[in-house]
Amino acid sequence: MAEKKKLDLERRAMPKQPPHIRRRNFREVAHGYTPELAIAEANRCILCKKPSCIEGCPVDIDIPAFVRRLAEGDFLGAIHKLKQTNCLPAVCGRVCPQETQCEEKCNLRKKNAPIAVGRLERFAADWEATQVQQQMPEMRPPTGKKVAVVGSGPAGVTVAGDLIKLGHKVVMYEALHEPGGVLTYGIPEFRLPKQIVRREIDYIRKLGVEVVCDYVVGRTKTLEQLLDRYDAMFLGTGAGLPWFLEIPGENLCGVYSANEYLTRMNLMRGFAYPKSSMPIKRHRRVAVFGGGNVAMDSARTAVRLGAEESYIIYRRSRLELPARIEEVENAEEEGVIFQFLTLPVRLIGDEDGWLKEVECLRMELGEPDASGRRKPVKIPGSEFRMPMDAVVVAIGNSPNPLIPRCTPDLMVNKNGTIFVSDVQTGKTSKDKVWAGGDVVTGAATVILAMGAGRAAARSMHEYLTGEKLAGTTSEVASS
Amino acid sequence: MFKIVKLQRMVPNIHLMEVDAPEVAEQVQPGQFVIVRAAEGGERIPLSVADWDRKAGTVTVVFMEVGASTGRLARLKAGDNIPTLAGPLGKPTAIASAGQVVCVAGCYGIASMFPIVRALHEAGAEVTVVLEARGSFLLYWEDRMRALAKRVFTITRDGSSGLRGHVSGLPEMLRQAGVAPSQVMVNGCTFLMSQTSKTLGGLGVPITVSLNPIMIDGTGMCGVCRVSVGGQMKFACVDGPDFDGREVDWKELLARRKQYLDEEAYLCHRASCARGV
Repeated sequence: MAEKKKLDLERRAMPKQPPHIRRRNFREVAHGYTPELAIAEANRCILCKKPSCIEGCPVDIDIPAFVRRLAEGDFLGAIHKLKQTNCLPAVCGRVCPQETQCEEKCNLRKKNAPIAVGRLERFAADWEATQVQQQMPEMRPPTGKKVAVVGSGPAGVTVAGDLIKLGHKVVMYEALHEPGGVLTYGIPEFRLPKQIVRREIDYIRKLGVEVVCDYVVGRTKTLEQLLDRYDAMFLGTGAGLPWFLEIPGENLCGVYSANEYLTRMNLMRGFAYPKSSMPIKRHRRVAVFGGGNVAMDSARTAVRLGAEESYIIYRRSRLELPARIEEVENAEEEGVIFQFLTLPVRLIGDEDGWLKEVECLRMELGEPDASGRRKPVKIPGSEFRMPMDAVVVAIGNSPNPLIPRCTPDLMVNKNGTIFVSDVQTGKTSKDKVWAGGDVVTGAATVILAMGAGRAAARSMHEYLTGEKLAGTTSEVASS
Repeated sequence: MFKIVKLQRMVPNIHLMEVDAPEVAEQVQPGQFVIVRAAEGGERIPLSVADWDRKAGTVTVVFMEVGASTGRLARLKAGDNIPTLAGPLGKPTAIASAGQVVCVAGCYGIASMFPIVRALHEAGAEVTVVLEARGSFLLYWEDRMRALAKRVFTITRDGSSGLRGHVSGLPEMLRQAGVAPSQVMVNGCTFLMSQTSKTLGGLGVPITVSLNPIMIDGTGMCGVCRVSVGGQMKFACVDGPDFDGREVDWKELLARRKQYLDEEAYLCHRASCARGV
């Protein structure tokens, strides 16, 4: 039995491309577990009587159950278990911050060796992709109700997947020419191969979801006009409006928002220029402002484009970096240079309007602020300049104001997020309309957006049919 | 996929394309633009809307062949499909219902000005149209403008039609015609818009320009189209494309528009080689 098993505290590492190789290509950094490694890692699970890992998961994946199946070599059973509550396991296995979620709650964490839940999740999903036949979930008979999902990112895909299984007709609208939202335009190929995103979108297409690209809801049709065609609507339009620092010189040539920088590379495949038609610059010295995952993605993209120096300029210290530790380590291995406790104050250009220098101030940490992190304080007189060819501003995004602007009766909070009366349902102030994901919370994680999508889908289903779902939507759908 | 109903050359380097896009046709207003892709894997090209037919469900754009992507678009023909036509994007142009409105247009801007002139005419404003080009061989739709506007003037660099010169001759021209504008609207290249804003800025009336910076998504996401207007950062795709030309930082806009000239020239060259030109 489990108690008799000797504790195995060797967390299995995932094979990766060595840094000196991967810093020159856009292929995925990690290769993923082999079946042997996955089974070995899964076997480390001590099958706690009271598993706390599930509490750490925003979509309540039955982690011990899928890990146990992997340990037994039952890969099909494992992926089936995962897909009951998570429709994007290949994505979440790669981009979820497991170290602050399931793995943080793992009882083996006290021994500094939590089960690598993310790596196992990723393994199971990737294994399924290599199989000829994908397991299709059970579908409920058609209800005759029609639902519009606006935005095809993690929240939208979750809602679409859940509602189609419950028998509703679902049409998903995407403003760009490719679905996937931030998974497509934002997260780079080396962290999340686009083939995986396409696979997940194909899956919900196979379930019957109609995906309409190049359709800018708010503009192509207003919410009001679309609502005439549908019984309910979900807004999962994300946080796509880039913030700038509002310092002098931000409109100089060579200054990008992270959204622009990454969209050029990912959605428009700029890294393949001149084979692709998206023109890009190969800057020699690049500074990225910010310390989150998007900042890491940008700095690592710059390295791959051949930058001789790629900096992260962050106003707090290493301890406060919001990015995943794994991505910070990856960035460092690839040669990204970190400038902590540094605040950019001015961008200086030449006669032709091109960026030449970045002026910064040194900071020190003071008292904890509202976020609980120690507040950075300027050190007077510490100005210094760094010669720079490009700057990428990666300090965050707020929701795209397009839909609220075109929909006067949709209530919006002060920070631009859509007001929901209850986060458990995602119901907005507008009749028949729900919202979830970054558009409600502000920029957050893929898994939180999925959790919100799941909650909204349940509430929408109840509104459409009067049926209150027990447990998770998909469990009901497949029972 | 969106089917091309018509694709024809208007004048050298300027092409008209009519596309079957009923959802967009139903919604579009003067001054808005669409994002077009010529082929899968192609660039997203923002193009002002030149006309539409709500009944037939078609949208017409007029574009200048300037690089590899627009070149690819120009070589398509009726019956071909394009993968993307998204829109209508941007805020519609505010249409005055009275007063004397002077509409200055050049290049592809002549086409995008047409629905604005039509709307002004229908709303009851008195419209004076000024068409600007290097030579008469680059003018088009003069007849369509004459059918709607009270007056139509032309200015050509070589004097082959109307006044010889550039928009610097505008104030004198308007004075002679007894036109005291209550509003000026300019559609065309950045140079024309900046020059007209400078020349007519002294009139003290709004000068509405339709900005055309580099864009990628066109929905407010990337911020590459940011412009300084009255000292504030604006995104042309969602806050515009119309702004008051007197407040626009033209030097910055011109510099930002030129950012990728080298890369685009290279793509153009490559595309020509591939076609054996």
